[in-house]
Amino acid sequence: MGEKSGGAMSFFGQVIQWFQNPAHWQGDAGIPHRTFEHLLMSGASVLTAALIALPIGIAVGHYGRGGIIAINVSNVGRAIPSFAVLVLAAKLFGFVSGPKVLGFGAVPAFVALVALAIPPMVTNSYIGMREVDRDVREAAHGMGMRERAVLFRVELPIAMPFIMAGIRTSAVVAWGGLGRFILDGFGLQDYPMLFAGAVMVAVLSLIVEFSLAGVQRLSTPAGLRPSKTTQKEEPLGSSLDTAAVAA
Amino acid sequence: MLATGVVGAVEDPWIRWSWISGHADIIVAALVQHIQLTLIAVLVGLAIAVPLGLVAWRSRLFRGPIFSLTGILYTIPSLALFSLLLPFTGLTIWTAEIGLVGYTLLILVRNIVVGLNAVPDEVREAARGMGFRPLAELARVDLPLAFPAIIAGVRIATVTTIGLVTVTALIGEGGLGSLIYDGLLRDFKTPLVVGTVLCVALAVMSDLGLAGLQRVVTPWARSRAVP
Repeated sequence: MGEKSGGAMSFFGQVIQWFQNPAHWQGDAGIPHRTFEHLLMSGASVLTAALIALPIGIAVGHYGRGGIIAINVSNVGRAIPSFAVLVLAAKLFGFVSGPKVLGFGAVPAFVALVALAIPPMVTNSYIGMREVDRDVREAAHGMGMRERAVLFRVELPIAMPFIMAGIRTSAVVAWGGLGRFILDGFGLQDYPMLFAGAVMVAVLSLIVEFSLAGVQRLSTPAGLRPSKTTQKEEPLGSSLDTAAVAA
Repeated sequence: MLATGVVGAVEDPWIRWSWISGHADIIVAALVQHIQLTLIAVLVGLAIAVPLGLVAWRSRLFRGPIFSLTGILYTIPSLALFSLLLPFTGLTIWTAEIGLVGYTLLILVRNIVVGLNAVPDEVREAARGMGFRPLAELARVDLPLAFPAIIAGVRIATVTTIGLVTVTALIGEGGLGSLIYDGLLRDFKTPLVVGTVLCVALAVMSDLGLAGLQRVVTPWARSRAVP
Protein backbone atom coordinates (compact mmCIF):
# COMPACT_ATOMS: atom_id res chain seq x y z
CA MET A 1 0.00 0.00 0.00
CA GLY A 2 3.11 2.18 -0.05
CA GLU A 3 3.00 3.44 -3.65
CA LYS A 4 -0.54 4.76 -3.45
CA SER A 5 -0.64 7.08 -6.44
CA GLY A 6 1.24 4.76 -8.78
CA GLY A 7 -0.85 1.89 -7.47
CA ALA A 8 -4.07 3.65 -8.31
CA MET A 9 -2.95 4.22 -11.90
CA SER A 10 -2.04 0.61 -12.47
CA PHE A 11 -5.20 -0.41 -10.67
CA PHE A 12 -7.36 1.35 -13.24
CA GLY A 13 -5.18 -0.25 -15.90
CA GLN A 14 -6.02 -3.62 -14.41
CA VAL A 15 -9.72 -2.79 -14.40
CA ILE A 16 -9.57 -1.79 -18.06
CA GLN A 17 -7.65 -4.96 -18.83
CA TRP A 18 -10.32 -6.93 -17.05
CA PHE A 19 -12.98 -5.39 -19.27
CA GLN A 20 -10.87 -6.01 -22.38
CA ASN A 21 -10.37 -9.69 -21.61
CA PRO A 22 -12.57 -11.49 -24.18
CA ALA A 23 -13.05 -14.39 -21.76
CA HIS A 24 -15.14 -12.10 -19.59
CA TRP A 25 -17.61 -11.54 -22.41
CA GLN A 26 -18.41 -15.17 -23.21
CA GLY A 27 -20.49 -17.97 -21.79
CA ASP A 28 -22.66 -18.27 -18.71
CA ALA A 29 -20.20 -16.37 -16.54
CA GLY A 30 -19.74 -13.59 -19.10
CA ILE A 31 -20.88 -10.00 -18.84
CA PRO A 32 -23.75 -10.18 -21.39
CA HIS A 33 -25.26 -13.30 -19.84
CA ARG A 34 -25.03 -11.91 -16.33
CA THR A 35 -26.45 -8.56 -17.36
CA PHE A 36 -29.40 -10.44 -18.84
CA GLU A 37 -29.72 -12.46 -15.62
CA HIS A 38 -29.54 -9.28 -13.61
CA LEU A 39 -32.29 -7.56 -15.59
CA LEU A 40 -34.45 -10.69 -15.66
CA MET A 41 -34.13 -11.19 -11.92
CA SER A 42 -34.80 -7.52 -11.09
CA GLY A 43 -37.71 -7.33 -13.52
CA ALA A 44 -39.33 -10.54 -12.33
CA SER A 45 -39.00 -9.68 -8.65
CA VAL A 46 -40.25 -6.10 -9.07
CA LEU A 47 -43.22 -7.34 -11.11
CA THR A 48 -44.08 -10.01 -8.56
CA ALA A 49 -43.75 -7.53 -5.73
CA ALA A 50 -45.95 -5.05 -7.60
CA LEU A 51 -48.63 -7.70 -8.11
CA ILE A 52 -48.70 -8.27 -4.35
CA ALA A 53 -48.05 -4.75 -3.04
CA LEU A 54 -50.04 -2.44 -5.33
CA PRO A 55 -53.48 -4.03 -4.74
CA ILE A 56 -52.85 -3.85 -0.98
CA GLY A 57 -51.66 -0.25 -1.01
CA ILE A 58 -54.37 0.92 -3.43
CA ALA A 59 -57.14 -0.88 -1.53
CA VAL A 60 -55.96 0.47 1.82
CA GLY A 61 -55.70 3.96 0.34
CA HIS A 62 -59.07 3.78 -1.40
CA TYR A 63 -61.00 2.61 1.64
CA GLY A 64 -58.90 4.67 4.03
CA ARG A 65 -58.55 1.95 6.63
CA GLY A 66 -55.43 0.30 7.99
CA GLY A 67 -53.19 3.19 6.95
CA ILE A 68 -51.22 3.21 10.20
CA ILE A 69 -50.40 -0.46 9.66
CA ALA A 70 -49.27 0.17 6.08
CA ILE A 71 -46.95 3.00 7.17
CA ASN A 72 -45.52 1.07 10.11
CA VAL A 73 -44.90 -2.06 8.10
CA SER A 74 -42.92 0.03 5.65
CA ASN A 75 -40.95 1.75 8.42
CA VAL A 76 -39.92 -1.57 9.92
CA GLY A 77 -39.28 -2.82 6.39
CA ARG A 78 -36.69 -0.07 5.99
CA ALA A 79 -34.97 -1.30 9.13
CA ILE A 80 -34.76 -4.96 8.18
CA PRO A 81 -31.30 -5.37 6.70
CA SER A 82 -31.42 -6.53 3.09
CA PHE A 83 -28.36 -8.59 3.84
CA ALA A 84 -30.23 -10.50 6.57
CA VAL A 85 -33.27 -11.04 4.33
CA LEU A 86 -31.05 -12.56 1.67
CA VAL A 87 -29.22 -14.79 4.14
CA LEU A 88 -32.48 -15.90 5.78
CA ALA A 89 -34.01 -16.65 2.38
CA ALA A 90 -30.91 -18.67 1.55
CA LYS A 91 -31.32 -20.55 4.84
CA LEU A 92 -34.94 -21.33 4.06
CA PHE A 93 -34.57 -22.23 0.42
CA GLY A 94 -31.09 -23.65 0.38
CA PHE A 95 -27.76 -22.58 -1.03
CA VAL A 96 -26.72 -23.43 -4.51
CA SER A 97 -23.02 -23.43 -3.93
CA GLY A 98 -21.15 -23.66 -0.67
CA PRO A 99 -21.60 -20.89 1.86
CA LYS A 100 -17.92 -19.91 1.61
CA VAL A 101 -18.37 -18.63 -1.93
CA LEU A 102 -21.43 -16.63 -0.90
CA GLY A 103 -23.23 -18.02 -3.92
CA PHE A 104 -26.92 -17.43 -3.39
CA GLY A 105 -29.27 -19.48 -5.49
CA ALA A 106 -31.80 -17.88 -7.78
CA VAL A 107 -34.78 -18.81 -5.62
CA PRO A 108 -33.58 -17.26 -2.34
CA ALA A 109 -32.41 -14.15 -4.16
CA PHE A 110 -35.79 -13.84 -5.87
CA VAL A 111 -37.69 -14.30 -2.59
CA ALA A 112 -35.46 -11.77 -0.85
CA LEU A 113 -35.84 -9.20 -3.64
CA VAL A 114 -39.63 -9.57 -3.64
CA ALA A 115 -39.76 -9.26 0.14
CA LEU A 116 -37.60 -6.13 0.07
CA ALA A 117 -39.56 -4.50 -2.74
CA ILE A 118 -43.00 -4.87 -1.20
CA PRO A 119 -42.86 -2.35 1.71
CA PRO A 120 -41.92 0.78 -0.28
CA MET A 121 -44.51 -0.08 -2.93
CA VAL A 122 -47.27 -0.52 -0.36
CA THR A 123 -46.50 2.78 1.35
CA ASN A 124 -46.11 4.76 -1.83
CA SER A 125 -49.30 3.49 -3.42
CA TYR A 126 -51.11 4.06 -0.13
CA ILE A 127 -49.76 7.59 0.25
CA GLY A 128 -50.47 8.32 -3.40
CA MET A 129 -54.09 7.34 -2.93
CA ARG A 130 -54.43 9.35 0.28
CA GLU A 131 -52.91 12.39 -1.39
CA VAL A 132 -55.82 12.57 -3.79
CA ASP A 133 -57.77 15.66 -2.84
CA ARG A 134 -60.99 14.89 -0.97
CA ASP A 135 -62.77 17.55 -3.03
CA VAL A 136 -61.67 15.95 -6.28
CA ARG A 137 -63.06 12.64 -5.07
CA GLU A 138 -66.33 14.25 -4.05
CA ALA A 139 -66.57 16.10 -7.35
CA ALA A 140 -66.16 12.79 -9.14
CA HIS A 141 -68.92 11.27 -7.05
CA GLY A 142 -71.07 14.34 -7.65
CA MET A 143 -70.60 13.95 -11.39
CA GLY A 144 -72.24 10.58 -11.02
CA MET A 145 -69.13 8.45 -11.31
CA ARG A 146 -69.41 5.05 -9.74
CA GLU A 147 -66.93 3.85 -7.14
CA ARG A 148 -65.01 1.88 -9.73
CA ALA A 149 -64.79 4.83 -12.11
CA VAL A 150 -63.64 7.10 -9.28
CA LEU A 151 -60.89 4.62 -8.49
CA PHE A 152 -59.69 3.97 -12.03
CA ARG A 153 -60.34 7.32 -13.70
CA VAL A 154 -59.64 9.78 -10.91
CA GLU A 155 -57.70 8.36 -7.98
CA LEU A 156 -55.27 6.06 -9.79
CA PRO A 157 -54.11 8.61 -12.39
CA ILE A 158 -53.47 11.18 -9.68
CA ALA A 159 -51.70 8.62 -7.48
CA MET A 160 -49.62 7.29 -10.37
CA PRO A 161 -46.47 9.39 -9.79
CA PHE A 162 -46.25 8.13 -6.22
CA ILE A 163 -46.90 4.54 -7.22
CA MET A 164 -44.20 4.77 -9.87
CA ALA A 165 -41.83 6.37 -7.37
CA GLY A 166 -42.31 3.34 -5.13
CA ILE A 167 -41.52 1.00 -7.99
CA ARG A 168 -38.40 3.00 -8.83
CA THR A 169 -37.18 2.73 -5.25
CA SER A 170 -37.56 -1.02 -5.39
CA ALA A 171 -36.03 -1.52 -8.79
CA VAL A 172 -32.55 -0.41 -7.81
CA VAL A 173 -31.89 -3.17 -5.31
CA ALA A 174 -29.16 -5.34 -6.75
CA TRP A 175 -27.90 -8.77 -5.90
CA GLY A 176 -27.15 -11.74 -8.13
CA GLY A 177 -26.52 -11.38 -11.85
CA LEU A 178 -23.76 -8.78 -12.15
CA GLY A 179 -23.50 -8.89 -8.37
CA ARG A 180 -21.69 -12.19 -8.82
CA PHE A 181 -18.63 -10.32 -10.09
CA ILE A 182 -18.62 -8.33 -6.85
CA LEU A 183 -19.12 -11.36 -4.61
CA ASP A 184 -16.55 -13.43 -6.49
CA GLY A 185 -14.21 -10.46 -6.46
CA PHE A 186 -14.50 -10.42 -2.68
CA GLY A 187 -14.05 -14.18 -2.44
CA LEU A 188 -10.99 -14.29 -4.70
CA GLN A 189 -9.55 -10.97 -3.46
CA ASP A 190 -9.62 -9.97 -7.12
CA TYR A 191 -10.04 -6.21 -6.76
CA PRO A 192 -10.12 -5.35 -10.49
CA MET A 193 -12.99 -7.82 -10.95
CA LEU A 194 -14.73 -6.48 -7.85
CA PHE A 195 -14.39 -2.90 -9.07
CA ALA A 196 -15.52 -3.76 -12.60
CA GLY A 197 -18.58 -5.55 -11.20
CA ALA A 198 -19.41 -2.62 -8.97
CA VAL A 199 -19.10 -0.18 -11.87
CA MET A 200 -21.45 -2.26 -13.99
CA VAL A 201 -24.03 -2.65 -11.21
CA ALA A 202 -23.90 1.06 -10.47
CA VAL A 203 -24.24 2.07 -14.12
CA LEU A 204 -27.08 -0.38 -14.74
CA SER A 205 -28.93 0.84 -11.65
CA LEU A 206 -28.61 4.43 -12.80
CA ILE A 207 -29.85 3.56 -16.29
CA VAL A 208 -32.87 1.74 -14.84
CA GLU A 209 -33.53 4.63 -12.45
CA PHE A 210 -33.44 7.23 -15.22
CA SER A 211 -35.63 5.16 -17.56
CA LEU A 212 -38.18 4.65 -14.81
CA ALA A 213 -38.07 8.35 -14.03
CA GLY A 214 -39.07 8.89 -17.65
CA VAL A 215 -41.90 6.37 -17.33
CA GLN A 216 -43.02 8.12 -14.16
CA ARG A 217 -43.14 11.45 -15.96
CA LEU A 218 -45.10 9.94 -18.84
CA SER A 219 -47.54 8.24 -16.47
CA THR A 220 -48.32 11.54 -14.77
CA PRO A 221 -51.49 13.15 -16.14
CA ALA A 222 -50.57 16.21 -18.19
CA GLY A 223 -52.40 18.58 -15.87
CA LEU A 224 -50.38 17.41 -12.89
CA ARG A 225 -46.94 17.66 -14.44
CA PRO A 226 -44.81 20.24 -12.70
CA SER A 227 -44.65 23.30 -14.89
CA LYS A 228 -41.48 25.36 -15.16
CA THR A 229 -42.90 28.10 -13.03
CA THR A 230 -43.93 26.00 -10.03
CA GLN A 231 -41.29 25.47 -7.41
CA LYS A 232 -42.41 22.02 -6.38
CA GLU A 233 -39.97 19.18 -6.95
CA GLU A 234 -41.18 15.82 -8.13
CA PRO A 235 -40.87 12.98 -5.64
CA LEU A 236 -37.34 11.93 -6.51
CA GLY A 237 -36.55 8.26 -6.35
CA SER A 238 -38.54 7.49 -3.27
CA SER A 239 -41.24 8.61 -0.92
CA LEU A 240 -38.93 10.95 0.92
CA ASP A 241 -41.19 13.96 0.94
CA THR A 242 -44.15 11.81 1.66
CA ALA A 243 -42.22 9.86 4.26
CA ALA A 244 -41.57 13.17 5.94
CA VAL A 245 -45.31 13.69 5.97
CA ALA A 246 -45.90 10.24 7.33
CA ALA A 247 -43.33 10.51 10.08
CA MET B 1 -38.89 -25.12 6.75
CA LEU B 2 -36.73 -27.89 5.37
CA ALA B 3 -33.11 -27.89 6.37
CA THR B 4 -32.06 -29.44 3.10
CA GLY B 5 -28.58 -27.98 3.17
CA VAL B 6 -27.62 -29.66 6.43
CA VAL B 7 -26.23 -33.13 5.81
CA GLY B 8 -25.65 -35.38 8.77
CA ALA B 9 -25.52 -32.40 11.10
CA VAL B 10 -27.32 -32.01 14.37
CA GLU B 11 -30.64 -30.19 13.98
CA ASP B 12 -29.86 -26.46 13.94
CA PRO B 13 -32.60 -24.60 15.83
CA TRP B 14 -33.47 -20.98 15.00
CA ILE B 15 -32.27 -19.91 18.42
CA ARG B 16 -29.74 -21.69 20.59
CA TRP B 17 -29.98 -19.90 23.91
CA SER B 18 -26.76 -21.40 25.26
CA TRP B 19 -24.82 -19.72 22.42
CA ILE B 20 -26.31 -16.36 23.33
CA SER B 21 -25.44 -16.60 27.01
CA GLY B 22 -21.96 -17.84 26.15
CA HIS B 23 -21.27 -15.04 23.67
CA ALA B 24 -22.87 -12.07 25.40
CA ASP B 25 -19.62 -10.09 25.15
CA ILE B 26 -19.41 -10.53 21.37
CA ILE B 27 -23.06 -9.61 20.94
CA VAL B 28 -22.74 -6.48 23.06
CA ALA B 29 -19.55 -5.46 21.23
CA ALA B 30 -21.31 -5.89 17.87
CA LEU B 31 -24.26 -3.84 19.08
CA VAL B 32 -21.98 -1.07 20.36
CA GLN B 33 -20.05 -0.99 17.06
CA HIS B 34 -23.34 -0.87 15.18
CA ILE B 35 -24.46 2.15 17.18
CA GLN B 36 -21.08 3.85 16.68
CA LEU B 37 -21.07 3.31 12.91
CA THR B 38 -24.64 4.61 12.67
CA LEU B 39 -24.01 7.65 14.90
CA ILE B 40 -20.90 8.69 12.98
CA ALA B 41 -22.67 8.29 9.64
CA VAL B 42 -25.77 10.27 10.63
CA LEU B 43 -23.84 13.05 12.43
CA VAL B 44 -21.28 13.50 9.64
CA GLY B 45 -24.15 13.25 7.16
CA LEU B 46 -25.97 16.06 8.98
CA ALA B 47 -22.83 18.17 9.14
CA ILE B 48 -22.55 17.95 5.36
CA ALA B 49 -26.27 18.02 4.58
CA VAL B 50 -27.13 21.21 6.50
CA PRO B 51 -24.85 23.50 4.47
CA LEU B 52 -25.73 21.63 1.27
CA GLY B 53 -29.42 21.93 2.08
CA LEU B 54 -29.10 25.67 2.79
CA VAL B 55 -27.29 26.20 -0.51
CA ALA B 56 -29.85 24.13 -2.40
CA TRP B 57 -32.66 26.07 -0.73
CA ARG B 58 -31.22 29.50 -1.48
CA SER B 59 -29.69 28.96 -4.88
CA ARG B 60 -31.66 27.71 -7.86
CA LEU B 61 -28.36 27.28 -9.68
CA PHE B 62 -26.95 24.70 -7.24
CA ARG B 63 -30.20 22.95 -6.36
CA GLY B 64 -30.28 20.79 -9.49
CA PRO B 65 -26.68 19.54 -9.25
CA ILE B 66 -26.94 18.92 -5.50
CA PHE B 67 -30.08 16.83 -5.89
CA SER B 68 -28.70 14.97 -8.90
CA LEU B 69 -25.44 14.13 -7.17
CA THR B 70 -26.99 12.95 -3.91
CA GLY B 71 -29.64 11.13 -5.92
CA ILE B 72 -27.00 9.24 -7.88
CA LEU B 73 -25.24 8.28 -4.64
CA TYR B 74 -28.54 7.05 -3.26
CA THR B 75 -29.34 5.04 -6.39
CA ILE B 76 -26.14 3.00 -6.42
CA PRO B 77 -26.77 -0.25 -4.55
CA SER B 78 -24.92 -0.48 -1.25
CA LEU B 79 -22.80 -3.48 -2.13
CA ALA B 80 -21.62 -1.78 -5.32
CA LEU B 81 -20.87 1.53 -3.58
CA PHE B 82 -18.76 -0.13 -0.90
CA SER B 83 -16.99 -2.14 -3.60
CA LEU B 84 -16.21 1.02 -5.57
CA LEU B 85 -14.52 2.49 -2.51
CA LEU B 86 -12.72 -0.66 -1.43
CA PRO B 87 -9.70 -0.44 -3.76
CA PHE B 88 -8.96 3.08 -2.50
CA THR B 89 -9.74 3.00 1.18
CA GLY B 90 -9.24 -0.73 1.76
CA LEU B 91 -10.80 -2.78 4.54
CA THR B 92 -11.06 0.18 6.89
CA ILE B 93 -13.77 2.12 8.65
CA TRP B 94 -13.37 4.81 5.95
CA THR B 95 -14.89 2.60 3.28
CA ALA B 96 -17.85 1.90 5.52
CA GLU B 97 -18.39 5.48 6.65
CA ILE B 98 -17.95 7.19 3.28
CA GLY B 99 -20.58 4.87 1.84
CA LEU B 100 -22.95 5.23 4.78
CA VAL B 101 -22.65 9.02 4.86
CA GLY B 102 -23.30 9.08 1.11
CA TYR B 103 -26.62 7.34 1.61
CA THR B 104 -27.83 9.75 4.30
CA LEU B 105 -27.18 12.84 2.15
CA LEU B 106 -30.13 12.64 -0.25
CA ILE B 107 -32.61 11.96 2.55
CA LEU B 108 -31.28 14.73 4.79
CA VAL B 109 -30.77 17.38 2.10
CA ARG B 110 -34.22 16.79 0.62
CA ASN B 111 -35.98 17.03 3.93
CA ILE B 112 -34.04 20.16 4.90
CA VAL B 113 -35.04 21.85 1.64
CA VAL B 114 -38.64 20.64 1.81
CA GLY B 115 -38.87 21.85 5.43
CA LEU B 116 -37.40 25.26 4.65
CA ASN B 117 -39.58 25.67 1.56
CA ALA B 118 -42.64 25.01 3.68
CA VAL B 119 -41.98 28.06 5.88
CA PRO B 120 -44.74 30.51 4.90
CA ASP B 121 -43.57 33.69 3.19
CA GLU B 122 -45.71 35.80 5.53
CA VAL B 123 -43.85 34.43 8.55
CA ARG B 124 -40.54 35.26 6.94
CA GLU B 125 -41.73 38.74 6.04
CA ALA B 126 -43.01 39.29 9.55
CA ALA B 127 -39.60 38.30 10.90
CA ARG B 128 -37.92 40.72 8.54
CA GLY B 129 -40.37 43.40 9.53
CA MET B 130 -39.50 42.82 13.17
CA GLY B 131 -35.91 43.64 12.26
CA PHE B 132 -34.39 40.16 12.13
CA ARG B 133 -31.14 40.04 10.23
CA PRO B 134 -30.81 37.20 7.68
CA LEU B 135 -28.73 34.96 9.97
CA ALA B 136 -31.04 35.52 12.95
CA GLU B 137 -34.05 34.88 10.76
CA LEU B 138 -32.51 31.62 9.60
CA ALA B 139 -31.56 30.47 13.10
CA ARG B 140 -34.66 31.63 14.95
CA VAL B 141 -37.45 31.40 12.37
CA ASP B 142 -36.66 29.26 9.33
CA LEU B 143 -34.75 26.39 10.92
CA PRO B 144 -37.07 25.95 13.93
CA LEU B 145 -40.10 25.87 11.63
CA ALA B 146 -38.36 23.39 9.34
CA PHE B 147 -37.34 21.25 12.30
CA PRO B 148 -40.15 18.67 12.10
CA ALA B 149 -39.28 17.89 8.48
CA ILE B 150 -35.55 17.82 9.28
CA ILE B 151 -36.09 15.42 12.19
CA ALA B 152 -38.29 13.28 9.96
CA GLY B 153 -35.31 13.11 7.58
CA VAL B 154 -32.97 12.21 10.42
CA ARG B 155 -35.36 9.42 11.43
CA ILE B 156 -35.43 7.94 7.94
CA ALA B 157 -31.67 8.36 7.55
CA THR B 158 -31.02 6.69 10.90
CA VAL B 159 -33.26 3.72 10.26
CA THR B 160 -31.86 3.29 6.75
CA THR B 161 -28.29 3.51 8.03
CA ILE B 162 -28.94 0.93 10.75
CA GLY B 163 -30.03 -1.48 8.03
CA LEU B 164 -27.12 -0.60 5.74
CA VAL B 165 -24.45 -1.00 8.42
CA THR B 166 -24.98 -4.77 8.24
CA VAL B 167 -23.75 -4.78 4.64
CA THR B 168 -20.41 -3.39 5.80
CA ALA B 169 -19.79 -6.78 7.43
CA LEU B 170 -18.50 -7.81 4.00
CA ILE B 171 -15.73 -5.23 4.26
CA GLY B 172 -14.75 -6.23 7.77
CA GLU B 173 -16.88 -3.80 9.80
CA GLY B 174 -20.55 -4.44 10.18
CA GLY B 175 -21.58 -4.27 13.84
CA LEU B 176 -24.52 -6.64 14.09
CA GLY B 177 -23.93 -7.51 10.44
CA SER B 178 -20.81 -9.38 11.52
CA LEU B 179 -23.07 -11.70 13.54
CA ILE B 180 -25.27 -12.23 10.48
CA TYR B 181 -22.21 -12.85 8.31
CA ASP B 182 -20.79 -15.24 10.91
CA GLY B 183 -24.06 -17.19 10.93
CA LEU B 184 -23.93 -17.36 7.14
CA LEU B 185 -20.33 -18.55 6.94
CA ARG B 186 -20.76 -21.21 9.63
CA ASP B 187 -24.26 -22.22 8.50
CA PHE B 188 -25.47 -21.59 12.04
CA LYS B 189 -28.80 -19.82 12.50
CA THR B 190 -28.52 -18.40 16.03
CA PRO B 191 -26.11 -15.46 15.38
CA LEU B 192 -28.04 -14.69 12.22
CA VAL B 193 -31.34 -14.42 14.08
CA VAL B 194 -29.77 -12.51 16.98
CA GLY B 195 -28.13 -10.03 14.61
CA THR B 196 -31.31 -9.43 12.62
CA VAL B 197 -33.61 -9.11 15.62
CA LEU B 198 -31.27 -6.72 17.44
CA CYS B 199 -30.85 -4.67 14.26
CA VAL B 200 -34.60 -4.23 13.81
CA ALA B 201 -35.07 -3.55 17.53
CA LEU B 202 -32.34 -0.90 17.42
CA ALA B 203 -33.98 0.74 14.41
CA VAL B 204 -37.43 0.79 16.00
CA MET B 205 -36.07 2.20 19.27
CA SER B 206 -34.05 4.91 17.51
CA ASP B 207 -37.08 5.85 15.45
CA LEU B 208 -39.29 6.10 18.54
CA GLY B 209 -36.59 8.02 20.40
CA LEU B 210 -36.22 10.56 17.62
CA ALA B 211 -40.00 10.87 17.30
CA GLY B 212 -40.09 11.64 21.03
CA LEU B 213 -37.33 14.24 20.61
CA GLN B 214 -39.30 15.84 17.80
CA ARG B 215 -42.37 16.17 20.03
CA VAL B 216 -40.36 17.66 22.88
CA VAL B 217 -38.49 20.17 20.73
CA THR B 218 -41.42 21.33 18.59
CA PRO B 219 -44.34 21.66 21.01
CA TRP B 220 -46.26 23.83 18.54
CA ALA B 221 -46.44 21.01 16.00
CA ARG B 222 -48.07 18.56 18.40
CA SER B 223 -51.67 19.52 17.86
CA ARG B 224 -51.60 19.34 14.08
CA ALA B 225 -50.06 16.94 11.62
CA VAL B 226 -46.78 17.97 10.06
CA PRO B 227 -47.59 19.56 6.67
